[in-house]
Order: sequence, then structure tokens, then C-alpha cells
Amino acid sequence: MLHTVNKSPYSSDSLKVCQGYMQSGDAVLLIEDGVYGAMAGGSSEAMVKEIAANAKVYALAPDLKARGIVSEKLIDGIEVVGFDGFVSLAAEHDKVQNWL
Amino acid sequence: MSATKKMMYINRNAPYGTVYALEGLEVVLIGAAFEQDVSMAFIGDGIYQILKGQDTSDSDMKNFSPTYNALGDYEVTKLYVEQESLDERGLSVDDLMPLVYEDEDDDWAEKPSIIVLSRADLAVEMAGQDVLFNF
Repeated sequence: MLHTVNKSPYSSDSLKVCQGYMQSGDAVLLIEDGVYGAMAGGSSEAMVKEIAANAKVYALAPDLKARGIVSEKLIDGIEVVGFDGFVSLAAEHDKVQNWL
Repeated sequence: MSATKKMMYINRNAPYGTVYALEGLEVVLIGAAFEQDVSMAFIGDGIYQILKGQDTSDSDMKNFSPTYNALGDYEVTKLYVEQESLDERGLSVDDLMPLVYEDEDDDWAEKPSIIVLSRADLAVEMAGQDVLFNF
């Protein structure tokens, strides 16, 4: 399953709740305000690293760029994808769950 | 016209995921035209509104971050940023846009508008306001 998260981990528990429901082989794509979770140095980094240790974590490039989040600021191991990558991920996984 | 009121606009939301930030900024600019004592506070995800380097050219949204540079010309010169919110996000004031104003009482010298305050000190600032607006 592909999980998308569109809320900042600092204003919503969406990513944390998502983590609790992840199964092996699942992936997470951070979109919209969810991309703030991809930034290194904050207090949510440990949770994101924990997720990334067990699953692939992606972040959407246009949403990072819009918010001024440059690649040097990303947590190691997070892969950046464009809209085309988003489509591929949705196609590769049997289901998509959107955590709002 | 009644006496000048101290008005603070409190920004708690990130810029693009919801419309709060853009609408809030527009209200501040409109309100500033009425010559009130206006300040803004950026707390929680609100500090992402003034993060450096925003570029929406690939995402079909309006990049309204340059508008924050206009605040000084509208005499909105007190932009409070909460230290705890920066720390929680691994940010420092250097990660924010260098927003400035020209001080008419000091030969138009350019001065920083951003004032970093602890949560406790910001609470004191809030308590001293006449009107508070949350966005």
C-alpha cells in the first residue's frame, strides 16, 4: 500500500497515525504540508527516520520547492519524486491510503 | 476616528496547504492602512510562512512570500517569531527571510523586523494587545 500524508507532523498527528498502520512493503509519500516532515533537524525527525528504517519514504518535489525546502535540508534516505513519480508509485502499489 | 489600537495577528498555519496564511496576510495589509499599531506573531507551523527560498514555479500556486517584504512599508515592523517553534523544527532565524523596515526616526536606517521571543515573552506581548486575530 502507498500512504500519502498531507499535513505537517508539527500540526497534526496524521503521520504518526499512518506509521501505526504501516505493513511491510508499504511506502509513504509526503505531499503538500506533509513535506515539512522531510526536513532534518526538527523534533519529528526521529519518527520519520523510524518509518524510513522499515519502509520507503518519498517527498513530492514541487511541494518541497514551493515551501523553500532545499535538498540539503532533507532527512537522509528520503527520496524526492515529481508528479510523474507520484503516478508511478500509485500504479505500483495495489492501494493508496490518504491520511488527512 | 478612535484612538490607535494595538492589534496582533497570530499566524499558526503553513503557507500553501491551507488558505489561512494568504488570507491572513491580506487582512494585515488591509488593516495596516487604518494606521493602527499592528504586529504579527508566527508560532507553530506559521513560521514556515517566512522560510527563505520558496519557489512555486513547479506547482501552479501563487508564491506570496515576497509580499512579506512589503510589510515594512505598511509600518508593520514587529514580526514576532517564537523561539520554541523554531527549535522544534530545527530552524534558526537564518533560515527565515531577512525581513526589514526603514526607521523614519533614525534617518530611514534599515532595521530587522523579525524579533525572536520565547513563548513566555510572546504571551506577555499578547496580553498587552487590544485586539488579537488568529489565522
